[in-house]
Amino acid sequence: MPRECQRSEYHVFQPLTSSPQGYGRQDLSSENQNYKGHGLSKGKEREQRASIRFKTTLMNTLMDVLRHRPGWVEVKDWLRENFDHTYMDEHVRISHFRNHYELTRKNYMVKNLKRFRKQLEREAGKLEAAKCDFFPKTFEMPCEYHLFVEEFRKNPGITWIMKPVARSQGKGIFLFRRLKDIMDWRKDTRSSDNQKDDIPVENYVAQRYIENPYLIGGRKFDLRVYVLVMSYIPLRAWLYRDGFARFSNTRFTLNSIDDQYVHLTNVAVQKTSPDYHPKKGCKWMLQRFRQYLASKHRPEAVETLFRDIDNIFVKSLQSVQKVIISDKHCFELYGYDILIDQDLKPWLLEVNASPSLTASSQEDYELKTCLLEDTLHVVDMEARLTGREKRVGGFDLMWNDGPVSREEGAPDLSGMGNFVTNTHLGCVNDRKKQLRQLFCSLQLQKKASS
Amino acid sequence: MLQEESDLSLIIAQIVQKLKGSNLYSQLERQAWASLQRPEIKLESLKEDIKEFFKISGWEKKLQNAVYSELSVFPLPSHPAAPPEHLKEPLVYMRKAQGSWEKRILKSLNSMCTELSIPLARKRPVGEQKELLNKWNEMGTDEPDLSLFRPVYAPKDFLEVLINLRNPNYENSDSLSFRTHLGLIQVPLKVKDIPELKECFVELGLNIGQLGIDDSTQVPPELFENEHVRIGQKVLAEQDSAAAQQYIRQGSPTALRAELWALILNISSQPEDVLYYEQLKTNVIQHDLLVDSLIYKDVKLTASNDDYYFVFEDYLYQVLLCFSRDTSVLSHFAFNSASPPKSYIRGKLGLEEYAVFYPPNGVIPFHGFSMYVAPLCFLYHEPSKLYQIFREMYVRFFFRLHSISSHPSGIVSLCLLFETLLQTYLPQLFYHLREIGAQPLRISFKWMVRAFSGYLATDQLLLLWDRILGYNSLEILADMWCTYTYSTNVEYLL
Repeated sequence: MPRECQRSEYHVFQPLTSSPQGYGRQDLSSENQNYKGHGLSKGKEREQRASIRFKTTLMNTLMDVLRHRPGWVEVKDWLRENFDHTYMDEHVRISHFRNHYELTRKNYMVKNLKRFRKQLEREAGKLEAAKCDFFPKTFEMPCEYHLFVEEFRKNPGITWIMKPVARSQGKGIFLFRRLKDIMDWRKDTRSSDNQKDDIPVENYVAQRYIENPYLIGGRKFDLRVYVLVMSYIPLRAWLYRDGFARFSNTRFTLNSIDDQYVHLTNVAVQKTSPDYHPKKGCKWMLQRFRQYLASKHRPEAVETLFRDIDNIFVKSLQSVQKVIISDKHCFELYGYDILIDQDLKPWLLEVNASPSLTASSQEDYELKTCLLEDTLHVVDMEARLTGREKRVGGFDLMWNDGPVSREEGAPDLSGMGNFVTNTHLGCVNDRKKQLRQLFCSLQLQKKASS
Repeated sequence: MLQEESDLSLIIAQIVQKLKGSNLYSQLERQAWASLQRPEIKLESLKEDIKEFFKISGWEKKLQNAVYSELSVFPLPSHPAAPPEHLKEPLVYMRKAQGSWEKRILKSLNSMCTELSIPLARKRPVGEQKELLNKWNEMGTDEPDLSLFRPVYAPKDFLEVLINLRNPNYENSDSLSFRTHLGLIQVPLKVKDIPELKECFVELGLNIGQLGIDDSTQVPPELFENEHVRIGQKVLAEQDSAAAQQYIRQGSPTALRAELWALILNISSQPEDVLYYEQLKTNVIQHDLLVDSLIYKDVKLTASNDDYYFVFEDYLYQVLLCFSRDTSVLSHFAFNSASPPKSYIRGKLGLEEYAVFYPPNGVIPFHGFSMYVAPLCFLYHEPSKLYQIFREMYVRFFFRLHSISSHPSGIVSLCLLFETLLQTYLPQLFYHLREIGAQPLRISFKWMVRAFSGYLATDQLLLLWDRILGYNSLEILADMWCTYTYSTNVEYLL
């Protein structure tokens, strides 16, 4: 199993049920990693639970959400450590898939997507396969170095970006235009390897840099979108309506390749830029972004963009569907990073299995707490949902072993015929009202059936 | 009847006079000459044929739009014997108050100037000019030391002046009667009451569809939204200013808003306009004004710190710096109660030959001024067009929000309208606020002075500004506040 160098913050919760079983915490086997594990345990069928216990080390949004959830109680000590090798009861839930790195590590994702694309071309033709062209040309280093050089020579003068596969927050990323630059880098890394053999060779990917990003106010930005996957087989995925656009603090220009601050829009990197003012926050909520686009482009163009973004989620998840170890205990909340170029084409930058839950502003705090609350609603430890819902709070059911359509009467501006997907990214999120209505009607149904 | 006719011919004469100097006039002339080549133009019916040609080719529409624009902006002519001050402001005490307020501002500016020993204006050395030119698109990255600069005034200072306005001819006895106005504004201006407002703003009635309300998710689009969008597209196709102004009273669809506003304000980006903007830009590069630092400071304090407008920081500099050098703005002082401040070349104080207007456009920015521009950045991305739209919005509407006048759209009338409405229709709220020592106007004043920019979410703000354009009046600012109060803001205030 590959190594994961990421240090994780961990938080865990588990239910106290009348039966002594069922704790959730995921910690993979000793040789490797520490995952951020969330464990949940469901009570037996519809049994009324006394309370659900949880424990977390994070003192931020997640802690607030868990503390406020009715019936959930914090505990101070642990009961078990290794869940990778233990049998989990049916009512246990875990917030990660064992091998999510197939999607979240850049080199694996690229491999899976390439393979999926080939398969799609065989089965459904070139046109369908072209729908997978949302990731820039990527080569794994050092194993695909020669393939990379070939591609490099075919397109002289373009910019490439080198990213470490397993690091986050923008660390270790640099841009280059000449082979000479990476030859130097190769020499550096090789020499350091010789000295310290116990430190593993870090894998990198070289990716074509998108030179014409969409700019707002002269600034580059990327989108952070949240996708909740409840299962891979069958594929059930929910899309959260809210998200944000993260802006680079400095103005975009291709002249300053060395200026890491311009090109990387991670808040973590932006925070260290000399221009950064904490009050600014440099984030726009997606609603604002969508409105901005709507006042600048035709409604059809905006609809098409958002359809293309939906396509990214679906295809990327489908590409790892057969590879991810299917486990009915698992669910996962992904943070997708999407970049839009000037032709209004979305590109997938990466998928994060542990999106940052730290809030950078009041608005951000509200978004993340609502996101987590709604995630817990969908996971449904309290067993309130029927399983046929298409919307829970801010989450819309995007894929349920097939596309999910919106209600009747929705306008179809994308020209796809009568079918309109049930996604509302960047749209109004009246989640409180919807949750009230939902839980009220569920209660009524329960009363009626009992 | 005779009076009306002579009024009308006076108006026509004025408009013709104004348009004769405009670009449109020369364009029409050129078109007329060129049309002589056309076969359908016959010598016998020359006038009719050319008129017909104008109609078909859309030039008549352009002329109509220009005339309509003039009518919207220029106030109606008053008595022929009235001096030009009356056009600016008919009431003497208002004029006096504005005059002394201006003196105060100028004094403040001059003292800041002397304190910091910075000239009001200076020519930039060549090196600095080059640097600025390179940085033109990213002036926000500059971090000049602005700690010593202070805004010349803030809305609350202005409010104090308005509170102390008194009409010397009006008996403001100390004994309270039911006629006593309990608000802060104590001048007897005529403001509309609810029946009059209802008549005036008839398109905002409950039985008429509105964007912002009737296009929400619960309402099926067939009921209102689809048809409204279709009509909007038609209006744009016709390029009719008056129709657009009527249409926008019910709100503008997001995708059409930029074009509609340009049509209503009669802005079309001609090459001359772009050239004019470039000329202003050159002026900025060559000379540095003290006002520039005030603008920088204002942008850094307000728009840059705003969650949504921080992105547009660079555009704001590009617009505001050019704005302060634009002498064409001086023409609006003919109907603005304010007058542009004068400054004298060093050592020639008092000598009229050495007087210049300072800043060149006569407008001294105050704290929050840049927020007038920020929402427009949402709609316009090309700097010269953005500039034109802002300038037009300023000379039609925004100037009234920070000058003392008796105009129904002036800030004094708006304040009075607000207080009267609140006192009459939400008396409990009004008295409660007074009890706890929070005069309602003190809270709502800054909102109105900024036309709600920065205080409302952008989509709501743009819908509000749609109505300002549609009704060619700012009274909506006072009304909106009142209706808004009833819902969410009550908790906020209390």
